[in-house]
Amino acid sequence: MSDEHVGHSLDTVEDEPIANPGLPEHLPRPTDVDEVAERRAERQVATLFGLSALFAVLFCVAYFALDIGDNPDVFLNMGASTVALGTCIGLCMLCLGSGLIQWSRKLMSDHEIVELRHPASSSEEERSDAVAAFQQGVEDSGIARRPLLRNSLLGAMAALGLPAIVALRDLGPLPGDKLAHTVWKKGMRVVQDVDGARIRPADMQVGQLVNAEPEVFFEENSEGEPEYEGVELQQAKAKAAVILVRMDPDDIKPWKGRENWGVEGILCFSKICTHVGCPISLWEQQTHHLLCPCHQSTFDLADNGKVIFGPAGRHLPQLPLAVDQQGYLIATSDFTEPVGPSYWERG
Amino acid sequence: MRLITRKISARLSSRRRSRYAAPAVLVAALLASGGLYAALSPADASKGDDASTIAEGRALFQVGCASCHGKNAEGIVTQKGNQYGPALVGVGAAAVDFQVGTGRMPLAQPGAQAARKKPVYKQDEIDAIAAFVASLGPGPAVPESDKYDVAGASNEEVVRGGQFFRTNCTACHNFAGSGGALPGGKYAPNLRGVSGKHIYEALLTGPQQMPVFSDGVLSPEDKKDIIAYLKKNEDTPSYGGFTLGSIGPVSEGMFAWLVGIGSLVVVGIWLTSSSTRVKKKKEGAA
Repeated sequence: MSDEHVGHSLDTVEDEPIANPGLPEHLPRPTDVDEVAERRAERQVATLFGLSALFAVLFCVAYFALDIGDNPDVFLNMGASTVALGTCIGLCMLCLGSGLIQWSRKLMSDHEIVELRHPASSSEEERSDAVAAFQQGVEDSGIARRPLLRNSLLGAMAALGLPAIVALRDLGPLPGDKLAHTVWKKGMRVVQDVDGARIRPADMQVGQLVNAEPEVFFEENSEGEPEYEGVELQQAKAKAAVILVRMDPDDIKPWKGRENWGVEGILCFSKICTHVGCPISLWEQQTHHLLCPCHQSTFDLADNGKVIFGPAGRHLPQLPLAVDQQGYLIATSDFTEPVGPSYWERG
Repeated sequence: MRLITRKISARLSSRRRSRYAAPAVLVAALLASGGLYAALSPADASKGDDASTIAEGRALFQVGCASCHGKNAEGIVTQKGNQYGPALVGVGAAAVDFQVGTGRMPLAQPGAQAARKKPVYKQDEIDAIAAFVASLGPGPAVPESDKYDVAGASNEEVVRGGQFFRTNCTACHNFAGSGGALPGGKYAPNLRGVSGKHIYEALLTGPQQMPVFSDGVLSPEDKKDIIAYLKKNEDTPSYGGFTLGSIGPVSEGMFAWLVGIGSLVVVGIWLTSSSTRVKKKKEGAA
């Protein structure tokens, strides 16, 4: 092949300090000059394509032969079907791709091609033509001469925005003060999550952690339906989940006004991290530190839930506790501040 | 007689400056104390009544535990006011059975956390030490085997155990019980391969940084269901393929970056490398 004129055309620039050596000489591949090598490469590619087809068939065999469901086949403690399907389809595509690459590298034609860069912008002539065409359009439509049409068109386009705004209204209504309140209220029992077991102070030992919820999530209304269920339950739970911890009362340093928020060293804190709202119950009983696994915010529960490390901006809200007449733990009010992460209106 | 002793002492005295003297005395002393220990150690004493078990446990305690926990398990406080070894009065037999039975105690060296290792004591020795510690003050007892024997657990119990596990345990021990990191070099240990008894005891006593989950709140049935769930989890094959330790994005991300992107780079190098060339010209060219 004679591509050499390309090399010559490149070193016509004369004032370069070092002469352009041009492109190196084009040498053929073994498969271009040796028929044995060419046939070998051909066989390799065909073998890869054949293997690809074989794995495609094996995929179908594995799909029907291997059981899934209640009593699945197991291979090396993994699902045999999953492993076989993945391996077969993976090797099928790998062989197909490898065959194509091998074909193009060894056997497809071997020209070397040079393509010079062109300027990105259009020519002067094309640009002035475009401007002229636009001017002609303005002239022909008469938009400059007919202000009534122009203004009514602008008005129609502005009105097109109204449906969009009205449809976006469905994103609302604004939350109002919902973020500042939870379902906790005076006298509501604090019960264990999952089974709703009521808790007496004596049931808890120093160093104990209980993942708890308000009892209303386990109650039924007058019609025998759950008080909260479905999405409503999840939304209420996302704000009302709490943890109970019991510490040595001597270790607790309550802020002013919080002295009677605990019962015999039992304190109740929101389970929702004040950073971005992850549920946290990773409590070290010896250090009294509560760690959020998402971003490592750390709160000291012996010191009013104060942030001692990490990105959280606010202390963990505390729920004031008391004991009712039957001796079970109850809340004496809702949280006195919004739980969870900061939001726009809260500043 | 006097002559003989004088003779011996003279010979010994003449050799006491030999460079072998110090090692010889050391070896003799070690052999003597080891032999005495083997002869007199109460470890081999057969299981007797409560009083003799407690006495046996006390003897074991004073050899293996008292250097940190104090002779009467009253704890040792350092001069700076730190705790060298905590008091064990009132921790109960369950705490001893967990700490010694999982090899965490005796501690090989002080550190952020005691690690699980091969137990040093045999089970009857552990029972004796537990009996001694239990005799110091009331505390949780070693649970009976029916509290953690989950061989015949029903599907409902496993499902219920899963709910309790995800609510109470996954924050530290990970969704598959693989454990996880805590601040300051501490960690929540892997739960796979831990016996039901030791899981029950850990819930009951709250070892190290783990909170207590007393029977009063998390009832014995709840605990048993959690153990049933964990054991079911252990026995279930990973149908989706390799778990990579079930530790989530850490191992999976490492696999994707090293193996996935690594093999893409290798393919890219193959694709763009220049193929073999020969000097020979093609026939008919030139």
